[in-house]
Amino acid sequence: MDGLERIVLAHPFFAGLEEKIGQVVAGCARNHRFNAGEYLGHEGEPADEVFLIRHGKVALEILPPGQPASVFSTQGVGEIVGASWLVPPYRWRFDARALELTRAIGIDARCLREKFEADHNLGYEMMKRFLPVVMQQLDETRLQILDVYGKRET
Amino acid sequence: MSAAVQADPFVPDPYRVVRTRREARDITTLELVPLAGERPDYLPGQFNMLYAFGVGEVAISMSGDPAARGSFVHTVRDVGRASGAVANLAAGAMVGVRGPYGSAWPTTAAEGSDVLLIAGGLGLAPLRPAIYQVLAHRERYGRVVLLYGTRTPDDILYRPQLEQWRRRLDVQVMVTVDHGDAEWRGDVGVVPKLIPRAGFDPHHALAMVCGPEVMMRFTADALRQAGIGMEQIYLSMERNMKCAIGLCGHCQFGADFVCKDGPVMRYDRIADILAVREI
Amino acid sequence: MTDVGLPVGTKAMLTRTGLQALIDALLSRGYQVFGPTVRDGAIVYDSVAGLGDLPEGWTDRQDAGRYHLQRRDDAALFGYAVGPQSWKRFLHPPTEVLWRAQRTADGFAVIADQPVASKFAFLGVRACELHAIAIQDRVFIEGPYPNTAYQRRRADNFLVAVNCGEAAGTCFCVSMKTGPNAESGFDLALTELLDDGEQRFLVEIGSETGAAVLADLTYSVATADDLSAAAAVLTRTAGRMGRALETDGLKELLQGNLTHPQWDSVAKRCLSCANCTMVCPTCFCTTVDDHSDLAGKTAERVRSWDSCFTLDFSYVHGGRVRTEGSARYRQWMTHKLASWHDQFGSSGCVGCGRCIAWCPVGIDITQEAAAIRNHQEAHHGRA
Repeated sequence: MDGLERIVLAHPFFAGLEEKIGQVVAGCARNHRFNAGEYLGHEGEPADEVFLIRHGKVALEILPPGQPASVFSTQGVGEIVGASWLVPPYRWRFDARALELTRAIGIDARCLREKFEADHNLGYEMMKRFLPVVMQQLDETRLQILDVYGKRET
Repeated sequence: MSAAVQADPFVPDPYRVVRTRREARDITTLELVPLAGERPDYLPGQFNMLYAFGVGEVAISMSGDPAARGSFVHTVRDVGRASGAVANLAAGAMVGVRGPYGSAWPTTAAEGSDVLLIAGGLGLAPLRPAIYQVLAHRERYGRVVLLYGTRTPDDILYRPQLEQWRRRLDVQVMVTVDHGDAEWRGDVGVVPKLIPRAGFDPHHALAMVCGPEVMMRFTADALRQAGIGMEQIYLSMERNMKCAIGLCGHCQFGADFVCKDGPVMRYDRIADILAVREI
Repeated sequence: MTDVGLPVGTKAMLTRTGLQALIDALLSRGYQVFGPTVRDGAIVYDSVAGLGDLPEGWTDRQDAGRYHLQRRDDAALFGYAVGPQSWKRFLHPPTEVLWRAQRTADGFAVIADQPVASKFAFLGVRACELHAIAIQDRVFIEGPYPNTAYQRRRADNFLVAVNCGEAAGTCFCVSMKTGPNAESGFDLALTELLDDGEQRFLVEIGSETGAAVLADLTYSVATADDLSAAAAVLTRTAGRMGRALETDGLKELLQGNLTHPQWDSVAKRCLSCANCTMVCPTCFCTTVDDHSDLAGKTAERVRSWDSCFTLDFSYVHGGRVRTEGSARYRQWMTHKLASWHDQFGSSGCVGCGRCIAWCPVGIDITQEAAAIRNHQEAHHGRA
């Protein structure tokens, strides 16, 4: 798992993480490859993995009945897909679809949650990393819904 | 400048619309040539006051290539009586022009550094002259990044040109939209979201940002978080303009007049009052 | 009429008759002479032809939101402070056609009139008003784009200053260091002396033009007693200021308190009526309107006074930047007392007190500044 461990620690999200903790996290990680059009997860399904994008682009979308899917965000290299695994009921809140060939590190969420419970220090270190990402996404979403570019009749 | 120079700075010079191009339902690009004499030189970031006979004047930034000497190019959005009158002028129509006014994008100060050109919505128009100028002297700059965001894929301004710039090997171009559509395979999300993926050295980078004020504030914040100093970030501000020459008082923004201390303003100078309500 | 005349700075004495002769001399030189006159219960500036037009025996009583005239028990010609108008109504007129345009076969042509410059002579310019004129000179002439119409009007201006023998309840020129003594910017400066019922005027030469005009008049030498009498008038006036404004650090104080609760407090009282901006001798904001006739054949562009208190003043597509009254009052006061320093190198306020007198609800700029300063200092524990 040495190679995977290196890849995990090299991901921008884990920059500066203690090697010991990195090893623990890498223990729950595996490599993924999604072809264009494949789904990382579907709304309602158990959120069993958190994905760190190494290459490619993932669309986060919601499918209203009778309408085409509405993409509200895309995540690219260096970004995270999935925060639902952190919070009960641990289910995907939306669909995540690869827009192009995408390689990602998938970290087993249940494995991680068990390790956090066992070692609160580990849990806190990881929360410290995830919360700013969630806050930033919230900030970006706020700007997005402000619709600053003005109304346009379509 | 023509020999019949107007000593009175309130009087417009006559220009003719030689070409129009409908960019979107309410956005038109006009090319103007002077009736007499030569079009004055201008710097990227500056603006003219365009006068439609009997209707009024609007402040519109230049959006053409400053090196193309014969004409002014302006991209105008129809949002009111005067802007609508100007935006709907046909080729052959006459328009009054006063200018060029205002401060410029720091394309010279940026030489030797990485350059981030960041636009939102119609903000790409006032930034385009800087893009032309930087690319015309590409060897003077480090890495060049162009980030553009708008509401939907249909709203992407100057799309063929963006695609052309993206095909270059020496510029990083990223385009994002707030709302995608069924065909859109590009990024969805706001412009600040693109910054972590842009390639630049924050210690040797200069950013020029143009777009709605809220978008510029969020973007400046994100640039600072990426390590770029406040004195390395430039915004293009907008306020009500009547005279454009510092005599009518309308465009005041704190102690600055946007018509002469702006529109391009360095972020460290204005960051404090940007946050004050209704300043 | 000839010669060089006495040197600038010389002081002499004029009688009442001499004052009439001064008006006549200005008229005969082709000046339009404007001076104070009583009309509609106020002292306003209008054409004057003789001493009979001046507000002889009148004074003004002013306080916050209050102005009325009162009879004096002497025959002073300039025994008042300032009225609602300032000289800006002549130099920076309320409306002005900038240019006209006419449709042509292939477009339109602009006809920019070059009006014949009128020569204005102002009689009765107060020290604070001299400063106000100098401030507007800086705004209109010293920027990158001089206002050529204003320049023309100022080019042949003749200013007869009159030092104040009265201070109104709203005056604070001493705080602003703009009076009561007229120090520069005039062609002639008068001080009215009324001793033992004899009415005389100390006249000081302020320019070569002033000297040339005085050379045509009958005047006498100013004695040491005359000089000390005139100085005493000014000392007395300086000691009777109705208001004071602490200017130390005022710019930083206001610019550092943009979210102070006092702005909301004043907004509860302010009607946004824009009186203050109209009576203020330094307020210069204008708007432009473009009209055309019904047939669309001719168009004109008219510039007129505007006020930062109006809602549309800050309109940008999509809405107004300053919707709240507090934001608009803050804009006016911080511009006048703070931003003006950054923009033009001096305060925008000359301490004439008009904004206090003519505010219908009596808002007092000196009190608003003091309220912010005191709260600020209390907040930081300074004495």
